[in-house]
This record gives sequence, structure tokens and C-alpha cells, in this order.
Amino acid sequence: MSSSTNSPTHHTSTIGAIGAPSRRNTELALLLFAVVIPVFAYANVGLAIDGKVPTGLLSYGLGLGLLAGVAHLGVRKFAPYADPLLLPLATLLNGLGLVVIWRLDQSKLLQSIGQAGNAAPRQLLYTALGIAFFVVVLIFLKDHRVLQRYTYISMFAALVLLLLPLVPGLGANIYGAKIWIKIPGLGSLQPGEFAKIVLAIFFAGYLMVKRDALALASRRFMGLYLPRGRDLGPILVVWFISILILVFETDLGTSLLFFGMFIIMLYVATERTSWIVFGLLMSAAGAVGVATFEPHVQQRVQAWLDPMKEYKLSQQGVGGHSEQSMQALWAFGSGGTLGTGLGQGHSDLIRFAANSDFILATFGEELGLAGIMAILLIYGLIVERGVRTALAARDPFGKLLAVGLSGAFALQVFVVAGGVMGLIPLTGMTMPFMAYGGSSVLANWALIGILIRISDTARRPAPAPAPSPDAEMTQVVRPS
Amino acid sequence: MSELTLTVMRLGFLAVLWLFVIVAVQVIRSDLFGTRVTQRGSRREAGRPQQQAARQAAPPQQRQQQSGGGGRRGRNAPTKLVVSEGILTGTTVALQGQTITLGRAHDSTIVLDDDYASSRHARIYPDRDGQWIVEDLGSTNGTYLDRSRLTTPTPIPLGAPIRIGKTVIELRK
Repeated sequence: MSSSTNSPTHHTSTIGAIGAPSRRNTELALLLFAVVIPVFAYANVGLAIDGKVPTGLLSYGLGLGLLAGVAHLGVRKFAPYADPLLLPLATLLNGLGLVVIWRLDQSKLLQSIGQAGNAAPRQLLYTALGIAFFVVVLIFLKDHRVLQRYTYISMFAALVLLLLPLVPGLGANIYGAKIWIKIPGLGSLQPGEFAKIVLAIFFAGYLMVKRDALALASRRFMGLYLPRGRDLGPILVVWFISILILVFETDLGTSLLFFGMFIIMLYVATERTSWIVFGLLMSAAGAVGVATFEPHVQQRVQAWLDPMKEYKLSQQGVGGHSEQSMQALWAFGSGGTLGTGLGQGHSDLIRFAANSDFILATFGEELGLAGIMAILLIYGLIVERGVRTALAARDPFGKLLAVGLSGAFALQVFVVAGGVMGLIPLTGMTMPFMAYGGSSVLANWALIGILIRISDTARRPAPAPAPSPDAEMTQVVRPS
Repeated sequence: MSELTLTVMRLGFLAVLWLFVIVAVQVIRSDLFGTRVTQRGSRREAGRPQQQAARQAAPPQQRQQQSGGGGRRGRNAPTKLVVSEGILTGTTVALQGQTITLGRAHDSTIVLDDDYASSRHARIYPDRDGQWIVEDLGSTNGTYLDRSRLTTPTPIPLGAPIRIGKTVIELRK
């Protein structure tokens, strides 16, 4: 009967259930947009460098479009209620990264020193593998709560992944940081990128079980809740491991990333501000402590405090100094507000790692402040969608995992962007999705895959509650 | 390539990049979801203009007659239905000439969560004179007006209790 819909009761509002539509068509439209922008950039670079539209434009556009289409179909089939923004945002960043890597490939300077030349086709291959991995995650991870079963296995796996580069014969010391492993015949791999995801699974599973003990058993002291000594155990262990990474692998970024991720998840699990205070104090103490005796870290700090001096020393030919920090700052400076235009900058002067760690400097020079802001906003939006997923998730494990993954992503962007821009000491990490590197692309697509899986579960309409009372029999009043 | 083309492309690219960000934020804005609050009041407001228009269209004399002659706007005509016993105690429904259905079915005007009520238990509707009538719809346990079980559609006196299962409703001014 229709009378129920227009019945004017005095309670003027009803509160209904969450009714999020699937939004797949929105995703498709945004995805098209996200493919068109890199194609535009690609044409722009070709016109600026060679004066003509690059010959590979069609195949590049079709390639990226095809990959995005496969990812979209995967989401449509296996995660129909997932967040509509995560995939387009990641695709755009990946596409822009590909264009700038290709643009650096065209640089005669980089070609002459063997730093570039064929990076873009390989990156396209990595992207294809990454998207395949993304779809595989969606297919095989039907429910993210399955990961909860592997809490302690994840811990073990993460430790193994982190320690692999230290194994003699397997690890490779490339440019002062021992974060790669060499797989014969396949190239090198950065296990730290994958450890990030696996560790987030462990932290989420562990904190879900222990959060009450960590949150409630505490004493109040000067406005802060001090946890009991034994509850401090895990945080001390994680801190110690991250210090060990810093000392033995001389990888500032990874150790900061892991410790920061743990603190973020601890704070989210317990709602205690004291953990953040503790975390900041402990990371400061650890960083200062290690910096006093580790020359690699010391040098990074020196380059951060006085990049110009570092640059001069490097120009004078004093060994062990790097001119990159200063060059990156110059690149940002010469870009100005609106940039020099794609393909028209000189960021290839940052010879070494111009297309990986320092790719943001090229963006800064050629797109200017306006472009960098847009790109950082896109990263910010990915993190926002991750946190939004955590808010919408119904199970505590999913909440913690989504927060951990998006927190790790945010920290990584902060550490890399801050390092390149001179806000914090430079660390050897890659800009997610943009920088050249197979491990990073693969791991970050897997990360987006897990976030999409959690958001699909979170936004799926709740199953129909109780069976309809219409179906039940009416009880008959029996006069007693 | 001319300088002008490149400048236009440079600025155009930045514009497109920002357009993407803005579109993405718009999607977020349209994507905010949570509990959906439906304003029933607004529907009532939406329904009113028609009534008012109809009333205004009617000649004033007729309107006088209608309101004076024991119509639904009459002095002793009930204006609301009140649940006085049962789980829904305190619920009121304004009487505006529409049929009110009672029962356990989801689409009833008043959904009774009561094991002793049938899914379509009874209905209350105004007849041509504006007098409110209660009719039992073949319920299992019956509908009672005061103490007597209803067998035929019966006019409802003001304030008389209508009992359905554990729920008692009455009409009030």
C-alpha cells in the first residue's frame, strides 16, 4: 500500500540504513579522465622535445587504457561496491610517472651516463605486472578478514623480508643502502616495499587482540596515560627492530616508515595520545643515537643541514658527497609557480636517480608549484580514501589494516617528498607509483588492492536483517 | 614548436590536472554516506499545496458548508490518531483524509510489532461525510472497539479505545 509513504506522522524523520550505491560507472568515467591526462602529458613532452607528436602516443595511450580497463573490470567483477576513487587516482599517478620517466629517457645527458634510455618500457612492464598483481589480490582475497589468521606468520614473513638484504650473497649494496636483494636472472628486488604490507597485517592482527590491555591498563601521570611496563614490550621490540634496520641496512626511510606505521596504528587502536608522545621521543632518540656513529646517516644529515656546502664539496671531487639535494632544490626553484612546461626543464642535471628517488624534482621543475600541489593532493586523496575506508569498515581488523596501509602510504610520500624538498634528511625511498622501480609499483598496487577489498566489504549493503514478519504466523489468543 | 603553443599546453595541462582533482573531490562529496535521514515532514508539506489549492478553488460557501457540516474539519472531528497502549505508545498520526492501515506488514501505516496482530489487521478511513470508520480486515484475533469485537465497518466515536492485540489506539481532537 502506498499509504505508508505519505503518512504524516509526527516523528518527522526516519533513519534508514546505509545505502551506498556501487559507483562503478563513476569510477569508469574518472578512470578515462585519468588515462587521458597522461596521454596529454605524453604528447606535450614529445612536442616540447622533438617538435612533433611522439610516435608511440597511440600505443602508449592504448596500453595504459587497456591496463586501466583490466583493473576496472577486475574491480567491477570482484569488488563491485569498492571505493570509486582509489583506482583512478593510482592510475593517474602511475601514468604521470611513466610519462616523466619516458621524458627523462629522452635526455641525452642521462643516456650518455647510462642512467636512462629504456626505463619507460620497463616501467610499463612493471605497471602491467602491478595491475595483474592488483587483480590477483582482488580475485584471491575474497575477504580481508582471512588475513587475520596469518597474524604471526605475517610477523615472521616481514622479519624475513626485512632481513633478506643482509644475507650474504643475496643482498646487494647499491649506492650505500642495503635494501635490495638480487634474484639471479630476474634483477633486483626491494623486499622492504612488500614488508610494509605484511607488517601492517601483523600490527592490525596483534593490536586488535591487545588493544584493550594497551588502552585501559595504564596510570595517569601529568595528563598522560602511562602504559604499564610490560605493555611497552611490543613497542620496544618494534623500535629496536627499526633501529637495527637503520644500523645494518643504513636505510633511514624504511625504519622511519615501520616505526611510524606502528605508532599510527597503536594510536588508532588505543586512542591514547601518550603513544604518540612516546613514539616521537623514541624515534628522536633512536635517530640521534644512530646518527652519532653511523657515517651514512651522518652524511645525509649534513647534506640536509647545508646542501650548498655538500654541493661544493662534491664539485671539488671530495668523495662521499652528493650534489643531488642542492640540485633538487634548484630544480624546484627554477620551476617557479607554473613550471617550465613538460619536457622543457633541466632536471636531468640531477644525474643519478633522477627517475627514481628524485622524480618529484622533475615534476617540481616542469609543472611548478601548481603541479606539485595537485600531485600531492592526489596522494592526499588516496590517503583520505584509505582512512575513509577505515571509518566505514565494520570489523576492527579491517579498520586497523586500512589505517595502517594508508598511514604507511602517507608516511612514505612524506618521507620522500620531504627528503627531496629538503624538509627532512634525504632517504632512499621511492615515491609510490611514480618512481621508477618494479618492487615499488608491484607493492603499491597490492596495497591499493587490499584497500579496495576492505572498502568493498565496508560499503557493501548490509545483508537483509530479520526475515519478514509477514511470513510468520499470527499467534491465536487462547482464552485461559 | 612555437613558444605560444607550448605555453598554452603547459597551462592547459595544469588546468586539466586541477580539473581532475576538483572532479575527484566532487565525487567524494557525492559519496558521503551514512545513515539516510528522510524528512517525512517535507513530504507532508509537498502534499499540502494540492489540498490548499483545492480548497481555494472551491467556492467559499461550499467551504463553509464542508467545514460546518460535520466534515473532517468540523468542531468535533478528530484530527489525530494516538496509540495509548502497547509498544508504540505515544505515536500519533495526523488524520488528513487518508486511509490508515494497521498490521504487522511492513507497508502498513502503523506497523505493529505484536505476535497477536495479523499482517493486515485493520484499517481506518473516512467515509464520504468525513466520519472515521474502522474496519477489521479478517484478522485472526479480531479488532475490538470498546469491548465489542468488530464484525462490520463501524464509525469511531471520539476517544473510544480500539484494541488490536496488545495495542490500543484512539482518535483525538
